[in-house]
Amino acid sequence: MRRNYHLLILLFPVVFWLICFFLLPLVSVFIYSFIERGTYGGVVWNFTPENYQRLFDGLYLGILWRSVSTALVCTAICLLLGYPFAYYLARYKPKHRNVLLLLVVVPFWTNFLIRTYAWILILRTEGLLNSLLGAVIPNWSPLELLNTPLAVQIGLVYGYLPFMILPLYAALEQLDVSLLEAAQDLGASPRRAFWHVTVPLSLPGILAGSMLVFIPTVGAFLTPDLLGGGKVSYIGNVIERQFKTARDWPFGSALSFMLMGIVLVGTVLYFRALQQNEGQPDSPP
Amino acid sequence: MLFSRKVKLKILEANIGLVYLFLYMPIFAVVVFSFNSGEHISVWEGFTFGWYAKLFEDAALWRACRNSLMVAGVATVIATVIGTAAALAIERHRFRFRTVLVRVLYLPIIIPDIVLAIALLTFYVQVRIPLGLITVIIAHAVFNIAYVTIVVRARLQGYDHTLEEAARDLGANEWQTFWRITLPLIAPGIIGGALLAFTLSIDDFVITFFTAGVGYTTLSVHIYSLLKFGITPKINAISTMLLANSIVFILLFLWFQGGTSSSQKQDA
Repeated sequence: MRRNYHLLILLFPVVFWLICFFLLPLVSVFIYSFIERGTYGGVVWNFTPENYQRLFDGLYLGILWRSVSTALVCTAICLLLGYPFAYYLARYKPKHRNVLLLLVVVPFWTNFLIRTYAWILILRTEGLLNSLLGAVIPNWSPLELLNTPLAVQIGLVYGYLPFMILPLYAALEQLDVSLLEAAQDLGASPRRAFWHVTVPLSLPGILAGSMLVFIPTVGAFLTPDLLGGGKVSYIGNVIERQFKTARDWPFGSALSFMLMGIVLVGTVLYFRALQQNEGQPDSPP
Repeated sequence: MLFSRKVKLKILEANIGLVYLFLYMPIFAVVVFSFNSGEHISVWEGFTFGWYAKLFEDAALWRACRNSLMVAGVATVIATVIGTAAALAIERHRFRFRTVLVRVLYLPIIIPDIVLAIALLTFYVQVRIPLGLITVIIAHAVFNIAYVTIVVRARLQGYDHTLEEAARDLGANEWQTFWRITLPLIAPGIIGGALLAFTLSIDDFVITFFTAGVGYTTLSVHIYSLLKFGITPKINAISTMLLANSIVFILLFLWFQGGTSSSQKQDA
């Protein structure tokens, strides 16, 4: 009985907070997504599925596709840069390894706004990259890099690369080197050993890193807003506009709900893939 | 084979160098240009501390700083208490809906920031809670509870239960055992979680942007409006100050987490 009493005290605050300030708000945004927009930016309490129908407009499907594909490209680039990096780090002298890893984390603890702003400094027409290239190459005509999809992509990779490196490092560091030696003793070439031993064994890290990069980038608002200059729309910016300038809260709510749906589907797929991976520990030689 | 072993190693090393360059060059540029005397943010003219001096005269900036500290401070206290209690409940007890609780608890950090922000905004408007700093504090506590719980749970998992049993065998009651054995043992986890929560709260922009009332500007929102409506070199100086702050905080965090691993070694 006493134990139950303790448990109640421990659980009450978290359950209260989650219900009041997380679950009820989700219900609230769900309700908003089914009502009508009023004339002066308010709402009219009439049920309508129209906000969801609007999502299938060519315009919004295009924006959605841009957000998802940008997030996928960002994940792929982070994986390409991060995997060799984590691989090398995991095999580095243990003494310096932690310092090198810490150096990956330091920029990631800096305010996200400032990390994004730094790229404005570099990419703008009178920015550092153009000055540098102008100093090296005669008759250099400055590139318009800021406010382009490329700038957004660079900013996203920059913002989320550490999220890829850390889980990859965790997976590769645990890797049992004797398995690689066994593969090579049995006649596998280094390349074959890499693709058939190292990669499958580091799959949990690959999956976790991809999740951690994909989820925040698909709903990113700040990076497209600052580096895309509002010229290219991503789903996060469209949502922001519905609440801040267009004052169409019901439609913005429907967009948010759909974004959450995409992320939750991604999460479920991730756990499915993880379970499958655990289900078959030994991969084909 | 496409490349020899040596060439492969060189490629790996080049990649390491490039990644570090990529990670540090932008930050380095901001720090360097915070000492630039020109009016232009990215054309070097000469050395000055002038922009830092200007920061001290900027009343709006200091008000925003004060708001940020207040929001982060209160949200951290709330999240640390609730998150630690939740971690103790999850690690120490078996109860119905335990798995459900764990999943719902981590959901606020899985869904995109903007979705959480919108959900809270519509909720506040529907139940007529006026937007101000309190609404921001509530919102920050939601995601910070999850982070504190993760850090404290990790501490509780690698920890020696025999000490508590020994205390009880020696006649300590449950309350005494908790205050004198359990709490000191998990303290590094709690402090680590609190520091993480505080940093994330100071850092947050998206959730604050949607849940703060008009006139309740935090540091992140202030920087955002500077970036949107007229970039001046002052931004470089603010950034450098914040960067220095972050570094102090990481060092504190690591120091406490370092305390974790060494004391665990002693336990074993």
